[in-house]
Amino acid sequence: MVSSTLTKPQMRGLLARCLQFHIVGAFIVSLGVAALYKFGVAKPRKKVYADFYRNYDSMKNFEEMRKAGVFQSAK
Amino acid sequence: MLATRVFSLVGKRALSTSVCLRAHAHGSVVKSDDFALPSYVDRRDYPLPDVAHVKHLSASQKALKEKEKQPWSNLSLDEKVELYRIKFNESFAEMKRGTNEWKTVVGGALFFMGFTALIIIWEKHYVYGPIPHTFDEDWVAKQTKRMLDMKVSPVQGFSAKWDYDKNEWKK
Repeated sequence: MVSSTLTKPQMRGLLARCLQFHIVGAFIVSLGVAALYKFGVAKPRKKVYADFYRNYDSMKNFEEMRKAGVFQSAK
Repeated sequence: MLATRVFSLVGKRALSTSVCLRAHAHGSVVKSDDFALPSYVDRRDYPLPDVAHVKHLSASQKALKEKEKQPWSNLSLDEKVELYRIKFNESFAEMKRGTNEWKTVVGGALFFMGFTALIIIWEKHYVYGPIPHTFDEDWVAKQTKRMLDMKVSPVQGFSAKWDYDKNEWKK
């Protein structure tokens, strides 16, 4: 059938190789996801909140809402 | 030792389902206790089955089995393949071959999803009553105005997208 000899396949250490592949992969994937989340979601969100509250005047906000007529106890 | 015993149970797991079919497929007389004897299985996780595939050897196969007792360098390639086929039904490559079953499964699933869509359309037309008045365009406009007045989610959400100075949605 086959005239040339096939290369001898890997006979030993299959589980070890599989484990290493997946352990290294799991590390990379989880660290990558964490880093992406931190710099893609968490950091921008904190910045937005900081910017919002830096010059926030709660009394002015209250007056705007009162004038718009959303309160029942403060007209 | 115990592990191999447990493993043989795994092989026998396929026993009750497949042996009955295979016995009838051969067209041979099925003795009442055939299922209780060790059987052949093509399984990836049970590579060396309990018995050989071919149980009853023809004359030429018996002669080949006798030749197998001599040094194997005497065997030709075809004879080696014949010995393999006596022992095994399908090779690993053959038993692992893919099928087109996934196309049937996906097609069937999508078909029934479509059928469900038809049922839902009929249901909306013939079963459900009118939707609440709070979905009227007029009402939703007033509702939106009130949400903006209340500054709902002013940081990142709803009101954050409204420009209060120009009285329009932010571009």
